[in-house]
Parts: sequence; C-alpha cells; structure tokens
Amino acid sequence: MHVITAENISKKYIIDHQGTRKTSSLRDVVADGFKQLFNKNSKDSVTERKEEFWALQDVNFTIDQGDRIGIVGHNGAGKSTLLKILSRITDPTTGQVSIDGRVASLLEVGTGFHPELTGRENIFLNGAILGMNKGEIKRSFDAIVDFAGVEKFLDTPVKRYSSGMYVRLGFAIAAHLEPEIMIIDEVLAVGDAEFQKKCLGKMRDVSESGRTLLFVSHNLTAIQALCNKSFYFEKGKLLDQGETSRIVTTYLSRVSQKKLERQWDDIDTAPGNDEIRVKSFKLVPDYLDSLMHIDVRTSMDIQFEFWNMVEDAQLNLSLHLYSYTGECIFNVGTPSQSFARGLITGSLEIPGHFLNDGSYMISIMVVKDTSSVIYNMEEALTFDVEDYREGVTWYGKWPGYIRPQLNFSLNQVESVVND
Amino acid sequence: MAYRTIIKAGGSGTDYWLDLWRNRQLLWILSKRDISVRYKQTLLGIAWSVVRPLMTMLVMAVVFSQVAKLPPDPNIPYPLMILGGLTIWTFFSGAFSQVSNSIVLNSNLVSKVYFPRLLMPLSAVAVGFIDFLISLVLFIGLSIYYNYLPSANIVFLPFFLVLTFISALGFGLFFSVINVRFRDIGQLIPFIVQVGMYACPIAYSTRLVRDSLPQYYEYYIMNPAVGIIDGFKWCLLGSNSYFDPNSLYSTLIVSIIALFLSVMYFRKKENTFVDYI
Repeated sequence: MHVITAENISKKYIIDHQGTRKTSSLRDVVADGFKQLFNKNSKDSVTERKEEFWALQDVNFTIDQGDRIGIVGHNGAGKSTLLKILSRITDPTTGQVSIDGRVASLLEVGTGFHPELTGRENIFLNGAILGMNKGEIKRSFDAIVDFAGVEKFLDTPVKRYSSGMYVRLGFAIAAHLEPEIMIIDEVLAVGDAEFQKKCLGKMRDVSESGRTLLFVSHNLTAIQALCNKSFYFEKGKLLDQGETSRIVTTYLSRVSQKKLERQWDDIDTAPGNDEIRVKSFKLVPDYLDSLMHIDVRTSMDIQFEFWNMVEDAQLNLSLHLYSYTGECIFNVGTPSQSFARGLITGSLEIPGHFLNDGSYMISIMVVKDTSSVIYNMEEALTFDVEDYREGVTWYGKWPGYIRPQLNFSLNQVESVVND
Repeated sequence: MAYRTIIKAGGSGTDYWLDLWRNRQLLWILSKRDISVRYKQTLLGIAWSVVRPLMTMLVMAVVFSQVAKLPPDPNIPYPLMILGGLTIWTFFSGAFSQVSNSIVLNSNLVSKVYFPRLLMPLSAVAVGFIDFLISLVLFIGLSIYYNYLPSANIVFLPFFLVLTFISALGFGLFFSVINVRFRDIGQLIPFIVQVGMYACPIAYSTRLVRDSLPQYYEYYIMNPAVGIIDGFKWCLLGSNSYFDPNSLYSTLIVSIIALFLSVMYFRKKENTFVDYI
C-alpha cells in the first residue's frame, strides 16, 4: 500500500539579486507600486532583478508502508526542499502529494526549545510542537529523560545546558514520537560518537517496527545500514530510485566525476610565471574492483608536469594536503635538484588505508634553492574519500583525518573456566 | 486511515479548522510558554504587570486631573476612571502588539515544523489577557479603596471582552502577515499603541469630546476602540460613566469585517511565510 504518493511536484523560488536590492522594505514596494501605476514600462525593470530558481522539478514517487527511504544528493540538490514540502512547511509550486498517516518530521533537534524554560518544560513544549499529545508525553517522559541522560538538570533552564545535553534532549524527545511516518534530516551530524550510536540504534528500532522512514544524510554508511530503498536527487530532479546499494554506487561514481585532472596545453597561458609554468596536475586513483569512486581503501597517484623556463635552476616541489576545514594533514617535499630548461614530471603515491573519509585539497609549491617559493598553486585539486567499513555495526562518523591500518590486536592470555 | 493529508500548491484545503482543533493542546502550551518566559530573569517578575498600569494611572491622574483640571464623569473618582480605561486598553494593546509580532517571534518554528499557523497569533493573545486580569484586580482594589460599588452593567463585561478580542485579533493578524515581509511593522506597532492611548478615551471622558468638539464628535466615535473602552468603563463604573451606544456600530462593523478579512488574508499567505521570514 502506498502511504506517500507524490505527483509532479515542483518548487520554484524567486531570487532577488543582491546589489540591486538587499532587503525589500515597505518603502520600496510602495515606490515600485506607484512607479508601475504611472509608468507601464517600469514593470520590466522590477522583474529584471529577479531570477527563477527551481529547487525541485517534476518529482514523482510512491513510498510503501514500512519502506525506509534514504535520500542522497549533493548540497542544493533539492533534498531539504523535498522534506520541507513533505513536512508541510512550504507549499509545492505545482503538483500534489498525498500522505496517509501521522507524520513527524525532524528537520532539527530541539525545535522550539525555549532557552529560558527548564528541561522539563521544554520536553512538554517540544513534544507538543512535534505533534505528541500530553498523555503520550507523560507516558514517555521517564524514557526521554533516561535516554538523554539529563535527570539532574531537569529543572535547570536549557540555556545553561551544554550543547551536547541540549542536542541529546532534543533527539530523545523526537526518538519517542510514535508517528506512522518519520522524516529525518541530517540530525546525526551532531553529538558525540557515543550518542550518535544511540541515535542510529533508535532509528533502527523505528525502522524495524514497520514504520515508514525518510532519511536524508551525507553519511552513506548510515543510509546503507538503515534504508532499503534510496532516492538520488540532482539539481532538483529525482534522477534515480531503487535498491540502496545500487543508488549509493551510482551516487558515488557521479561524485567521483569531479575533475581529478587539470591540464593546460598552451605554455603562455598556463598558470605560473616567468620561471615555471604548470602543464598538468592529476589524481589517478587505483579503483578497487569495479568501483568508480575513492574510498578509504583506495590508493592513488598524484601526477604532475611543469615547464621549467630558467636554465640550471635548483628546484624542488613541496606538496600540502589539507582537510576541507583547512588544516594541513601533511606536507612532503622532493629533494632539491638541478634542472635544465624543459618539461619536468613527478608523482606522489598516497597509499590506501591511509586517509580517513572526507574531502581533501592539495596545494603545490615550487621552491628554488631550497628556500624561496617561486610559485604557489593553492587548491590545485580537491577530492573526496568515501567511507568503507566491514564487520562493524557502528555507523557514526569515523573520527580523525587519517585511518591507517596499524598492527593492533588483542590476545586472550588466560581463560577462566566456571565450575 | 484516520489521517490523510493532501499537500498541494496554494494551501492545504478543507480540514484546516479540524487541524486547528486537533492542535488545541499546542495552543495551550504555546500560551503557557509565552506567559512563563515573560518575566524570567527579572527582579520584580510579575510585579511589573502591576507597576506599569499603576504608574501610568498615577501620572495620567496627576496630569489630566490635577494639572489640566479636566472633569471626570459625574461622581466617579478620576483615578478609577483612568484605571478602568487603562485595564481594557492593556488587553487590547497587549494582544494587538503580541499578535502582530507572533509570526516573526516564532520564526524558528515556522521554518522547521508544521502546525496550523493561526495557533501562533491565537496563543499570543494570552499574555495580554494575563496583564488584563492583573490590571482588573488592581481596579477592584482601587474600587474598594474609593468605596465604589459596581453596578448591574457588569453582566455585559464578557461581551466587551469578546469584542476586544475580536478587534485585537482582527487588526493584529493583518499586521502579523505584513510583518513577515516588512519588519517596518515592528516599528509601527509601538507607535500605534502610544498614539492610541491618547486618541482613545482613557485619560479623559468622551463626554469632553462631545461637549468641547461637537463638530468632530461623530468622527471621534468612529474609532472602533472608543466603543470598546467606553462600553467597558460603563460595565465597571455604572451608568454614570459616559457611553454612547452609537459608538458600538463602528466597533462591531469594523472589528468583525477586519477579523474576517484578516483571517482570509492570513490563510492565503500562511504557506509562504517560510519563504520570506
């Protein structure tokens, strides 16, 4: 039985271009109104500043009772817009969705928490906002408090809570909702590892109890573990839907189509200066099996070529690898060597089982006489490393920038025999 | 299944009022929230709701009765007359300004969760109502002090309260929608309230307007608040208090039409709040 049927839903936003008008104040609108009254042509000048943007376009799908749907896609693909429409926060511009059953949507933890109110008061407030009635909240009150671990602070205003406690309380309330359909947006990006584990466990219970679940996340491991079907959105369109494992593979191979190769053929316009010019810069992954994306196991080769324009230059190359937050993870340099004019190539191998999952950025520096930087190419390449796990039932974000396989083991030295 | 929701462009249909009814507990909880956070982290707390009308009344009594030497209605102590008007004005202005700001103040909810949006302005009335009750208690205290007995007119009190509610909601709802797009409203409301306090018969009696500005009198009573305030004072202070039943025509017509149009306007715009807030 279909519990959700979406037919041709689209959502259009009108973007006001900045610069021409930052915020619309009453005065502007009144002034524009008068202009239009007296001058029919000025209507064009008002509409010119605006641009249409389709956040969703002609999306059709059905969801059956008990389906656990993962929704994947890049930022801006329309995932959040879809959730907003399904949660009735915003209207679709065209199309229609029909939903059978009570919906609880969790687009944020602790929606409507009031900082001045105590934990106890906020449980009732937030519960009611999420659609629980007083009886339901009372019944689950102890379980909520216990799940969040905030017994001691129940009568403290939540503004005095640590951010961790705040999030835990928010999730605990949501976790005790008992709707037929649950919509969850990326709430797992918060909290410490232990709490994330608890959340995922709770979500698994929800999905196993036969309720319908819609789950948006960038955490593909969690999606693969929880969802039986997935939707893949790109640029507002539902590009593909089906078995989670197949959709995730499609999604990842699309992700990896990110340019891992940059090349300049004309020596005069290539990036660089009078001393050196960069010809090419590539990242060549050694894909495993039939995969088309880089995961934590994949080894890769960074290959580059540049032209040296100065005779007898004493050069070396320095390469920095940064996390997407801008922290340098490592810096390696080649030995300094003397080069004649002409093309120089080099390569660096990054082994598999070395980088953790995440987004990374490479910069290169060409150094003369081991001391002066003659050319610095920032963000020469960016790439993503996806997660891969085996034999683990924990799906939270793996901590750290690197994930080496080190020799780490346990041994049973003695066993106690019960008699 | 019991719950079937159809989501489509231009608002979600017919069971809106049913939805509103289902969410009545939320209405109660939101009202309770607004009341209980009101005086958090203040020294005087709820005493503020006593101090404010009391001080306003005293200042007005000194200025209008002692300095300007305006006459009160016959046999009514001037301070009592002021407090009577002030009490209902507290309800009207409090409810009106809270309702006008209700959507913007709850923007975190608007963008994250669905419930019938009308709950926010409705719950916002509560704070004004509590202030009204406190002021009413103050009034009763002052009546005892002046040995002033209430008249039988008091049975009409609920009628005027409902009328106040309708007009505050009617005007407030309209501004609450505009406020989402144009924050100018946030600046305008306190100004309206301030001007209204002197434009309405609070610190003086409508009788004075009739006697000294007869040519403007018929326009004066077109102000819908005049009917409410004079009617309310008439309930509390008895028939000595000036009340022209003709002033009720405009109150009834304007308030009911305003509420009707505002609700329609609100329903038309509520689904776009999230795009502009």
